[in-house]
Amino acid sequence: MTAALSPVEPPLLEIDALSVTFDTRAGPVEALRSVSLVVEAGETLGLVGESGCGKSVTAQAVMGLVDVPGRISGGDVRWRGRSLVDPRNARFARSLRGREIGMVFQDPMTSLNPLMPIGAQIGEVLTRHLGLTKAQARARAVDLLAAVGIGAPRTRVDLHPHEMSGGMRQRVMIAMAIACEPALVLADEPTTALDVTVQAQILDLLADLQQRLGIAIVLVSHDLGVVAGLCHRVAVMYAGQVVESAGVEDLFARPAHPYTQGLLRSAPRLDDAPERLVGIEGAPPSLLDPPQGCGFLARCPIGDAACAVPPPARPVGPGRLAACVRPFTPAWGDDRSVIDERAEARR
Amino acid sequence: MGGYVLRRLWHGFLVVFGVTAIVFVVTRLFGDPVALMLPLSASAEQRAAFAAEIGLDRPLVVQFAWFARDVLTLDFGMSLWQRRPAMEVVFERLPATLLLIGAALGTAMLLAIPLGIAAALRPGGLVDRLVVTLGLVGLSMPQFWLGLLLILVFAVNLRILPTSGSGTPAHLVLPALTLALTPLARLTIMLRSALIEELAKPYVKTARAKGLSAGRVFGVHALRNVLVGFLTLAGWELIVILAGYTVVVETVFAWPGLGLTALQAIQRGDLFLMQAIVFTIAILIVVINIALDVAFKLVDPRISLE
Repeated sequence: MTAALSPVEPPLLEIDALSVTFDTRAGPVEALRSVSLVVEAGETLGLVGESGCGKSVTAQAVMGLVDVPGRISGGDVRWRGRSLVDPRNARFARSLRGREIGMVFQDPMTSLNPLMPIGAQIGEVLTRHLGLTKAQARARAVDLLAAVGIGAPRTRVDLHPHEMSGGMRQRVMIAMAIACEPALVLADEPTTALDVTVQAQILDLLADLQQRLGIAIVLVSHDLGVVAGLCHRVAVMYAGQVVESAGVEDLFARPAHPYTQGLLRSAPRLDDAPERLVGIEGAPPSLLDPPQGCGFLARCPIGDAACAVPPPARPVGPGRLAACVRPFTPAWGDDRSVIDERAEARR
Repeated sequence: MGGYVLRRLWHGFLVVFGVTAIVFVVTRLFGDPVALMLPLSASAEQRAAFAAEIGLDRPLVVQFAWFARDVLTLDFGMSLWQRRPAMEVVFERLPATLLLIGAALGTAMLLAIPLGIAAALRPGGLVDRLVVTLGLVGLSMPQFWLGLLLILVFAVNLRILPTSGSGTPAHLVLPALTLALTPLARLTIMLRSALIEELAKPYVKTARAKGLSAGRVFGVHALRNVLVGFLTLAGWELIVILAGYTVVVETVFAWPGLGLTALQAIQRGDLFLMQAIVFTIAILIVVINIALDVAFKLVDPRISLE
């Protein structure tokens, strides 16, 4: 393997030109189109984009959770340089799940087994990967519940999920994900289904765990505020591709890709007039028949003939990549063109 | 839970009381028991004497009061056909029926689980389509016809199993198979679709993301979550068999159980035996329902019995 010969240590997680296709009745849907990402040990990578852009599929592909009718149709996912997609490494890939890579899902109401006490659900990761006995696993589950901020863990360890609130369940999910002290946690919209106050608590918990345990986190979110608060780096996805990746401060200060600019524009601010919400006109392209050129062309104010050729992701600054032929060009100028109700009504 | 069971027992008592009352009224109002039970040649004096002997000359209300008092002591009177206490006949025939139903439903449940899992593993795959097709065939097959077909093949042509009767384990095979096929088909098809639905749920993804073995994801997580639905259907199958199918199958195979006895009691106009059988089956159905509710509670802690 070249990675072994290389003096540079391979990154913790490397997603290399990964494509995922869903075979539907209407034809193959290309949910991911050559996505490349790198996660280094201990860092937090935000994965943002609107619904259907492929952020969750990316996380699930890393975890080997892409199910029929979906399949990995190209590219590779490497863990410390070793492929997880190669069927010969299936055992290796499975040994990582829950042990080296933990996952937190979006909806804590349905992501826990309703019939099993939470302590047993946490404990089975420990018996599976660390060879603990049931009694040891239970004792460790109590410690983990305490570590994720659940009070009275000794009594709560025997509760069933329906006896807990949404926030508490998400804490249980996090306890499960970090049970074996993994190197990476994939958090797929971990706060989307929660109340705003609980959201903040869960994000604080993730940040705290990361600092204490040095866990790398991939945070999938459509909420730019969540990403800004927690992440070191951000990758923006659109129509199954990564259109821009940058350090979090760089990205918010100077977005390179018109789509990123549009996303930042559309985030509501406190000083906005209450009836005005800014959007990006149009809708993402169908991935059943993805456009040949730039996926954002149809919605991009500055797109033209030059964008008909797929723009490769190229360096646009230190540690920054953008897939655009004219990065940093202000796509919307200064005026925030608004969709107001009258304009909507005329259409 | 204790209070719940007591309440259910009270409800069950009402059900059994209602069923026996209906049987009592129907047999006395819509037919002449004396004419049913005595031969045509009996004289008018003989008829009157017989009616007085079994209390039919009293007002209906008095008859029912006596009847209810006797029921409380499980005394249903003498079977006119067998000339011994009706309950004695029931207790003698009940084990054979329970053995047959146990073998049939046990087979159906034990086979439905692996078949349902095999089909649900790859929805739309070869195994799945085979299981669903065979399931529909099984569902469409009437038992009286299937029983005769099995007798023809295994008893008459191949001569490896007895045609009818009871006594050896070999006698049990054909009637149990006949009785098992419909519930097997229904349970398999139900388990398959319930499992497919369950496997798509987020908590199954969680279990897989924990790196658990496929067997554990399936057996411990998904299967237990479909168990309540599976047990509900199995309980329903048990009741339907007990209150109907077993009569057909026991008749086809001359299996000396309660179902065959019920048919014979009706043919011979044996009122008291009929009442004892209906009462026993009503009691069994009430007990099955209570046992199922308690089993649900044990499987799913979210189910409240209050």
